[in-house]
Amino acid sequence: MVQMTMIEAIRSAMDVTMERDENVVVFGEDVGYFGGVFRCTAGLQKKYGTSRVFDAPINESGIVGAGIGMAVYGLRPCIEVQFADYIYPAYDQIVSEAARIRYRSAGDFTAPITIRSPVGGGIFGGQTHSQSPEALFTHVSGLKTIVPSTPYDAKGLLIASIEDDDPVVFFEPKRLYNGPFDGHHERPAQNWTTHPLGNVPEGHYTLPIGKAAIRREGSAATIVTYGTMCFVAEAAVQETGIDAEIIDLRTLLPLDIETITQSVMKTGRCMVLHEATLTSGFGAEIAAQVQENCFYSLEAPILRVTGWDTPYPHAQEWDYFPGPARVGRELKELTEAI
Amino acid sequence: MSDYGPLSFKVPEPPVRPGDEPDFSDFEVPKAGTVRKPGVDTDAQDIKDLATTMIRVLNREGDVVGPWAEELDKDLLLHALRSMLRTRAFDERMMTLQRQGKTSFYMKCTGEEAIAIGQQLALSEGDMNFPTYRQQGLLLCQDYPVVDMICQNLSNARDPLRGRQLPVLYSSKKHGFFTISGNLGTQYIHAVGWAMASAIRGDTKIATAWIGDGSTAENDFHAALVNASVYQPPVVLNIVNNQWAISSFQGIAGGDQATFAERALGYGIPSLRVDGNDFMAVHAVSKWAIERARRNLGPTMIEWVTYRVAPHSTSDDPSKYRPREESAAWPLGDPVLRLKNHLIKVGLWTEERHTQAEAEFDGEMRVAAKEAESYGVMGGGSSARDIFEDVYKEMPPHLVAQRQKLGV
Repeated sequence: MVQMTMIEAIRSAMDVTMERDENVVVFGEDVGYFGGVFRCTAGLQKKYGTSRVFDAPINESGIVGAGIGMAVYGLRPCIEVQFADYIYPAYDQIVSEAARIRYRSAGDFTAPITIRSPVGGGIFGGQTHSQSPEALFTHVSGLKTIVPSTPYDAKGLLIASIEDDDPVVFFEPKRLYNGPFDGHHERPAQNWTTHPLGNVPEGHYTLPIGKAAIRREGSAATIVTYGTMCFVAEAAVQETGIDAEIIDLRTLLPLDIETITQSVMKTGRCMVLHEATLTSGFGAEIAAQVQENCFYSLEAPILRVTGWDTPYPHAQEWDYFPGPARVGRELKELTEAI
Repeated sequence: MSDYGPLSFKVPEPPVRPGDEPDFSDFEVPKAGTVRKPGVDTDAQDIKDLATTMIRVLNREGDVVGPWAEELDKDLLLHALRSMLRTRAFDERMMTLQRQGKTSFYMKCTGEEAIAIGQQLALSEGDMNFPTYRQQGLLLCQDYPVVDMICQNLSNARDPLRGRQLPVLYSSKKHGFFTISGNLGTQYIHAVGWAMASAIRGDTKIATAWIGDGSTAENDFHAALVNASVYQPPVVLNIVNNQWAISSFQGIAGGDQATFAERALGYGIPSLRVDGNDFMAVHAVSKWAIERARRNLGPTMIEWVTYRVAPHSTSDDPSKYRPREESAAWPLGDPVLRLKNHLIKVGLWTEERHTQAEAEFDGEMRVAAKEAESYGVMGGGSSARDIFEDVYKEMPPHLVAQRQKLGV
């Protein structure tokens, strides 16, 4: 076990799978010689050569489309879309092709591709470097959608994704790349060097896709969240002193509804928390399923705390981002509601 | 005062519309045998002229002429003609089934038979086609069971695709036939990616990409070209220019300003424009492009010039947007007749054998259709359980729950 940042953990996941399986190839914009704008692929081209790690034209539909063709051939491409905000040109290839090739060919062809992409805000990136489009993918049958929140989970889940026989969209919260972030942007940035979940095995291991983690046990309410918001939720709980249970979904689809249901049955109160916009966000799906499964245990309406239904602003980032103060206020309301 | 007058907006229009006489006076057809044949290792820059002319081998008299003429094995030639006739018989039988209400939908490839068959017969086992919905010839010139094909069209109990796909959207890995998408153009970049993978693994297999003139306007077409240009994978980039995309003539896809073949030149990809109704030209040019790919010399684009004789699909009525007589006036003739005349001229075929073959395939399709119909028609015999299978390799809990809800 060594301390790793999330970047190092993600790089290690690709390294380990490339070492074990020569069918694993890595490509995307700037990922080759340079090693990626976030350095996730640094050193991989030198180690595995240009035919397994290479730069792609600025052409996301082409990156995903070519990746699908490679996966159909029998390779296991792990491709990078430089920012989730750039993934839309590839949406047709992901939705109409990658997600459906197994189904429409009755298993004759498959496309086991992993699409990695940095997601979320908190980096002063404005509307084209901060979005959280995960709900556009959880809405699509045939895809698996993953959002890790720690180096340990990122590595185990990325290896599982690359080895999975179905297409996976793997969103990496970019604000967590170098350290946990609880929303206190005014405080010095933290790093992973002392965090227990920055302690990562050097070799091969996987975590099951479709299993949530309970980050904090509690009895006053359940906060269902993922990605950067896991740490914001922890800060809000600490600052309000409200004994809430925090569930980190890790995988959004398939959803671990069992873990959520058990927790909400116990606490009777549920907040869904994400950075993405409110309307038709993934929180709506969680709220619906919690209502279906836990209606008679609920003591208060299910609460959604999310980004506003606007484009992600630049200068006003901290009024947009659901930080610990807002989450804390909402948590109080949730627990005080009769 | 400004020197500029008001701007005017241009929308391309075909030369004629219903009620007009067909007019191909602007359509240039070079004499067969007049276009040069470069070596397969020729640089794209040195053969730019081949993207604007038209390679033709079969002349009006049924002779094979010029540098692209090749000595073809007698069995291959007979198999080619018989496969084209078989494809035509298959299309006719499927049209009948559609009219009888046994399938919801069908698409014929009448007039385009030489293209898919000519290329498939130049490919090797293990190569992979990424076809559109008008290359049924790729399967019909191989040993793909025709009953399975009909079952797919009938969406019945023996449909290899379990009733999930529209008729015509076949899939067969074993026959080098990638699952067809109803979204146009998406598969063009898949072919490039597949060929990249073949090169990455040091394989010897090549890919072929297929697209129509209309869909060259899609983003995926250009994604395919830039990737083919950058990585030089072993891929043949086919454009079947059959003049019509449903009701839109090829000018709506940009065909009035430049040939479709010319699009590859900006990417430095060798590109050839070919008479797609000339089996001998199709086979010879396919072989040239396939040889280039297999010798690691990179991608080739080929524009096959042809005419969509049939409606776009059984849901289309071309008399609403083009003269009824236009297909009969098409200057490149009928691919079946042209190959037939050549084979008769060289003594490999006769009118009698032709009539016999037509009857033979009509009979084959009747018998096959009858068997296929016994497994169900129009979705009959399909299983509701198949809705939930193959979404993922293993069915996740939420799909298990939904399947239980449906009670299957």
